[in-house]
Amino acid sequence: MATTVLNQSHAHDNGHHDSGGNTLFGFWIYLMTDCLLFASAFATYAVLFMNTAGGPSGHDIFELDYVLVETFALLFSSITYGFAMIAAQRQNRPATQLWLALTFVLGAIFIGMEVNEFQHLIAEGFGPQRSAFLTAFFSLVGMHGLHVTAGLIWMLVLMVEVSKRGLGARTRTRLGCLSLFWHFLDIVWICVFTFVYLMGSL
Amino acid sequence: MFGKLTLDAVPYHEPIIVGTLAVVGVLGLLLAVVLTKYQKWGYLWREWITSVDHKRLGVMYIILAMVMLIRGFADAIMMRTQLAVATGGAEGYLPPEHYDQIFTAHGVIMIIFMAMPFMIGLMNIVLPLQIGARDVAFPFLNNLSFWLAVSGALLVNISLGVGEFAKTGWVAYPPLSGITYSPGVGVDYYIWALQISGIGTTLTGVNFLVTVLKMRAPGMSLMKMPVFTWTCTWANILIVASFPILTGALAMLTLDRYLGFHFFTNDLGGNSMMYINLFWAWGHPEVYILVLPAFGIFSEVISTFTGKRLFGYTSMVVASGAISVLGFIVWLHHFFTMGSSANVNAFFGVTTMIIAVPTGVKLFNWLFTMYRGRLRFTPPVLWTLGFMVTFSIGGMTGVLLAVPGADYVLHNSLFLIAHFHNTIIGGAVFGYMAGFAYWFPKAMGYTLDEKWGKRAFWCWQIGFYCAFMPLYVLGFLGMTRRLNHSDNPDWNIWLYIACVGAFIIGLGILCQLIQLYVSYRDREKNRDLSGDPWNGHTLEWATSSPAQFYNFAVDPKVEELDAFSDMKEKGSAYRKPAQYAPIHMPKNTAAGFVMGMLLTAAGFGAIWHIWWLVIASLVATFVTLLVRCYDNDVDYYVQPDEIERIENAHLAGVQQATIKA
Repeated sequence: MATTVLNQSHAHDNGHHDSGGNTLFGFWIYLMTDCLLFASAFATYAVLFMNTAGGPSGHDIFELDYVLVETFALLFSSITYGFAMIAAQRQNRPATQLWLALTFVLGAIFIGMEVNEFQHLIAEGFGPQRSAFLTAFFSLVGMHGLHVTAGLIWMLVLMVEVSKRGLGARTRTRLGCLSLFWHFLDIVWICVFTFVYLMGSL
Repeated sequence: MFGKLTLDAVPYHEPIIVGTLAVVGVLGLLLAVVLTKYQKWGYLWREWITSVDHKRLGVMYIILAMVMLIRGFADAIMMRTQLAVATGGAEGYLPPEHYDQIFTAHGVIMIIFMAMPFMIGLMNIVLPLQIGARDVAFPFLNNLSFWLAVSGALLVNISLGVGEFAKTGWVAYPPLSGITYSPGVGVDYYIWALQISGIGTTLTGVNFLVTVLKMRAPGMSLMKMPVFTWTCTWANILIVASFPILTGALAMLTLDRYLGFHFFTNDLGGNSMMYINLFWAWGHPEVYILVLPAFGIFSEVISTFTGKRLFGYTSMVVASGAISVLGFIVWLHHFFTMGSSANVNAFFGVTTMIIAVPTGVKLFNWLFTMYRGRLRFTPPVLWTLGFMVTFSIGGMTGVLLAVPGADYVLHNSLFLIAHFHNTIIGGAVFGYMAGFAYWFPKAMGYTLDEKWGKRAFWCWQIGFYCAFMPLYVLGFLGMTRRLNHSDNPDWNIWLYIACVGAFIIGLGILCQLIQLYVSYRDREKNRDLSGDPWNGHTLEWATSSPAQFYNFAVDPKVEELDAFSDMKEKGSAYRKPAQYAPIHMPKNTAAGFVMGMLLTAAGFGAIWHIWWLVIASLVATFVTLLVRCYDNDVDYYVQPDEIERIENAHLAGVQQATIKA
């Protein structure tokens, strides 16, 4: 192929023709595919949630006040991520790291509480193998939890990136993608909270 | 250590499988010897396997499709001969448990690993050129998507020699595909092959949507895009909107099989109809993903070879969009017999019939394009004409099946089999064959031999009618699909005719292989110097053949639809700029190939419950991704003197071709 190669990657800061706009747009389309994945899980939950097969229903096992705390941890983490983005735009590295760390802690609280809830249900014999309702419940909520976990790992990677490489255009694009991802998971959780927990407790 | 995998998994007592494996082994060894002898391993690695060039990835996709076509066709010919032999109570040569794997593999391979790679390959080669772009939006992701498709294909083919493939039919409906009734690894091969390649397809859809929406040449508004680009764009919208549903359905089936969940089981409240709904909420859009780009190919071929512009461009774009939207609200027609209320069935019957309207619009547009044109009867045109007749028949039998009452009689009969082969072969595959012949010079630099191309077409066309029209009759005579042997003397004659038809199609494939050989042999004679062998309308013909690796030295300025015809008319084509600017290009990378192979290992581990292999491969995949993300050495610049040298060679070729003509 090319015989003359000029590597200019260090000549100008992260000069990879960082097509940040394309990346963000592409990531947004990917999020829409993820949205449809969740839609499939929601549809399946809607079909199966009454099939308790003699086991407990949502009304029997949901503890709304516990889930409310969980919910607020996640909602506040969206706010703190917003502050991290503002700090990143202002090129304020320490503030960015601080807000990211705070977001990470809130996300970890959310996941910790969810794992705790699952553990209690399984210990009482209400695991996903008990009935189609519990299968659908564990899968939908668990899929959201896996997404949040992936987001937390991604956040750690980006915190290392920010500390090593600063807040160049490419890093800011990546922070922007994670921001979209994080807020998207927040919206999905609002749907989970409403359709699974609130309506299930009626 | 090796999970469920033991030496018993290798079916060495089955002569057919052992024979097949021996042939594959010998061919593989032969290839390795040739590559070593001519010292081509390095070339293969640097220029192809690690390439992020959309044109090379397109060629590799089509090679994958052709290899899989031969595998899928071998399955087809085995089924047809078995059914022709196993009449009147005879058992034939394929025992049921082997036969069931063959029809499942045939369906999966032909849809997922033949038609999809063929379509995506043509899209890769052509689409960025048609919109005047330098590459796709995410070249590395494009390479990764390809290797994920290969990964899925590898798993399907590994199942031939290690273990078994699913015996459930290509749709893998539970509860049959559940762990109770399919305790073997066959369904697991199915799940992981589709899951891995499906993720690759989703990424392709995202990639090409961003490419089309963000990277068009200056002046090319959406309604000035070539029609093939438009139909591919609709297909990509369908990909990103439907493949996640397949991902979800397969994940649920996985949880049922691996962890004892109850999504689709018979007991504890599971609902197997949910799988069937989800499967077809993906599956029906999938058939439009296959056929819409083919419609685009026919439009390009007909407008080029009549020497006219396409009739009704706007209606073509709108009709494709209407088909895409309607394609999402017809899925229930695949299971009218599920027992929904008459009103539900009527709704889906009516929406299905409505799809015939935009499809009819397209057919009339093609007919009006030909009207008073000077049609050149080249192989791409023959495929197009063959399509117009064949697909119309398939469409009409489809409308017939869309009547719920009729469907209750014909459901799962050979009438259905005849119908969908009629549309997928007569629609999608004929389209890819037309596109293959049409764009071959753009990819390889020389035209295909027309004599062998015409022979291939006629064998395919005659063979198709001979193989599939009897199936309509057999459907009416009451023969259902997936039968292993039969005992009804009225069916025999039709089964024999269908078997002969399959062999005639086989001759067609043989002609195509000979065509490739003859064309390669005569490549100097058939070299395409101008880059525009057919007097084309669209921008891909403005490049040399094969296209420069950077596609366009200068961004083309688009003023009208059919941009290249417009430039030729205005005399602005082939104009040399005062000077060239450096072009920014991505470097090749091994990351996509490495990740694809690691995920193949992860899939294999998951199939055989070798959990350390799964964990190790997934961790290694993640590390590879991180290394790739933090690699700063991913691009370079092509310098003006090199660009000038390449462009001058192209312009000289154009002049030489003009003098010859």
